[in-house]
Amino acid sequence: MSRLEQTFARLRETNLSRRSGGATKADGSGLVTYITAGDPDLARTEGILRALERGGADVLEVGVPWSDPLADGPVIQRATERALAAGTTLAGVLDLVERLRADLRAPIVLFSYANPILRMGAEQFADRARAAGVDGVLVLDLPIEEAAEFRGLLAAREIDTILLLSPTTTDDRLRRVAALGSGFLYAISRLGVTGAREALAEGAEEMVRRVRAVSSLPIALGFGISTPEHVREVGRWADAAVVGSALVSVIADAGASPDLNTRVEEYVRWLKS
Amino acid sequence: MKPVTAEPPLFGRRDPDARGYFGAYGGRFVPETLVAPIEELTAGYFAARADAAFRDELDRLLRYYVGRPTPLYETRRLLEIGGSARRTDDDRSRNPPHVHQERGTGAAASEKHRAADPPIRIFLKREDLTHTGAHKINNALGQALLARRMGKRRVVAETGAGQHGVATATACALLGLECDVYMGSEDMRRQALNVVRMELLGARVRQVDAGSCTLKDAINEAMRDWVTNVADTYYLLGSALGPHPYPLMVREFQSVIGREARAQILEQTGRLPDVVVACVGGGSNAIGIFDGFLDDRNVRLIGVEAGGERIAPGRHAARFAGGATGVLHGTRTFVLQDEAGNIELTHSISAGLDYAAVGPEHAWLRELGRTEYVHISDAEALEGFQMLARREGILPALESAHAVAYTVRMAPDLPAGSVVLVNLSGRGDKDVQSVIEALKLS
Repeated sequence: MSRLEQTFARLRETNLSRRSGGATKADGSGLVTYITAGDPDLARTEGILRALERGGADVLEVGVPWSDPLADGPVIQRATERALAAGTTLAGVLDLVERLRADLRAPIVLFSYANPILRMGAEQFADRARAAGVDGVLVLDLPIEEAAEFRGLLAAREIDTILLLSPTTTDDRLRRVAALGSGFLYAISRLGVTGAREALAEGAEEMVRRVRAVSSLPIALGFGISTPEHVREVGRWADAAVVGSALVSVIADAGASPDLNTRVEEYVRWLKS
Repeated sequence: MKPVTAEPPLFGRRDPDARGYFGAYGGRFVPETLVAPIEELTAGYFAARADAAFRDELDRLLRYYVGRPTPLYETRRLLEIGGSARRTDDDRSRNPPHVHQERGTGAAASEKHRAADPPIRIFLKREDLTHTGAHKINNALGQALLARRMGKRRVVAETGAGQHGVATATACALLGLECDVYMGSEDMRRQALNVVRMELLGARVRQVDAGSCTLKDAINEAMRDWVTNVADTYYLLGSALGPHPYPLMVREFQSVIGREARAQILEQTGRLPDVVVACVGGGSNAIGIFDGFLDDRNVRLIGVEAGGERIAPGRHAARFAGGATGVLHGTRTFVLQDEAGNIELTHSISAGLDYAAVGPEHAWLRELGRTEYVHISDAEALEGFQMLARREGILPALESAHAVAYTVRMAPDLPAGSVVLVNLSGRGDKDVQSVIEALKLS
């Protein structure tokens, strides 16, 4: 059983007992946290990842900064710029994961655009990701039509390829994507770029239902989630909520402050409250 | 490649494979949200190009609104002073070559071409004389018609030099579509005239302050808008770039340049040109004119990239000189990038060539050995600009000035009697301020 499978199996179990016990806390609602690696620098990313796990994050998404993040909103764009200015590269992120892997229980999913991986060479990347202990890889601009070879390389190394589903994904396509996914499926709750929002997208629940209808894989719902209420709400129909931009903002606000890790940990604890 | 027996059809002659690949280049590297809209676009485009009514409407607009066919004009004095063309035996005896050579191009020419040799003839395809002043209108009108046919009410576009933005704003005004144009703040500064033109045409110009604040960043922002508003919005991409079907679609809308030019040069010279020269940013004007001659294997096709200040990271935009295979803006092609795969900043005096990737079909044609790519520096492009202005009375766009400059540079090395066809892709009014600054005449 892969680390991602174990994690989601545990979440489903907790969620069941929580529902039967009528609990109101978000204990069983899975939380996937996204941060941009290297913001403010890779050394501090290490501390942030440890703090996220202490705070209760179930899956750690580690974003690889890239010069042209066209699917990201302003918050992650700025984080990317800071990370690149600090000299962060894909190779550096893999080294970081390798150093941390043994200390962390949570699965680690790399979140990247295609070009850094292609530049390293897909096969070399897969080897290094395997050596580092990466559990899953999500490539934002690699739809299934372009991903066949890459998925094969990862699967051969027991790394999950995390695939995205969007409100624009047709039902027929939803079935094809779901059949190719592993680890979990990442459902996008709304059109547009990443970014925190006041309210959950109207079609979010419907989106999860559509995915649920064609796949038994765990489902994480992302884009626009930023409060404990959102996390609890999403936990009622999906296996996990993804929080990215809101968390990245906390990191940006803390900046060089010595209590960066404490603030991150408290923020995650709050999200799961 | 198949030999051409008759006038090639406008559409459907050389499609990429079903996944949008030209050889190893092209494809669709887009976020999941854009896959369905791009499939809808592909279906919409294939239906439109098979529809005689669509083609007729486009043809009519190109003729009566754009002013096509654009003239093919043979230069009279471009090579006169330093080069070999149009020089009589009398001139030669009065003025030994070393006396009147200029900027180094003359000496070689004079040695290689004797006085009795037939001159080198240079023809300019005058896309600068279209409505709005550049080839961009051919594609903008085609895609705007498609947007309307697909029931979209709003168009977003990116622009570098502003010519595509102006063309899109124009097409949207004509067809009653709402229009937002993303433009880098650096480009807005150096192409201020075009910003005003777009606004006068009813478009909203949206300033982009990210990265190098140029074309690449404007495309990022236009794609972010599209991914947010896909239901009612059409993304009108301005060059032969981006995910399939854009490289195909833009080439087919621009291929009118090559079809006209081929017929015109046959009519004026009775033969095909030896060389076709065009500047290459994304590469739409080049692919448009090359398309008319791809099957004529003896016609050399030369694309001119922006050499900028020098070929060093961040100082140029010559993808084939300093780039490697990569993915940018949805397509796999030659990209200027660093070791970690980050896209390098680019530089060119011309905003329209200042871009880190090249259209995927160019990468493929180059790999096949069918096309060649060279680069021209900022300084050489400025010389080309001035030469065409002073010797022919034509102010070219700084982009097109790269093609002119290379033509002048290569002329001495061509066999006597060669015929060169240059795509003069746009006019230079928009660049007057940049040229003044560069020449420090202000």
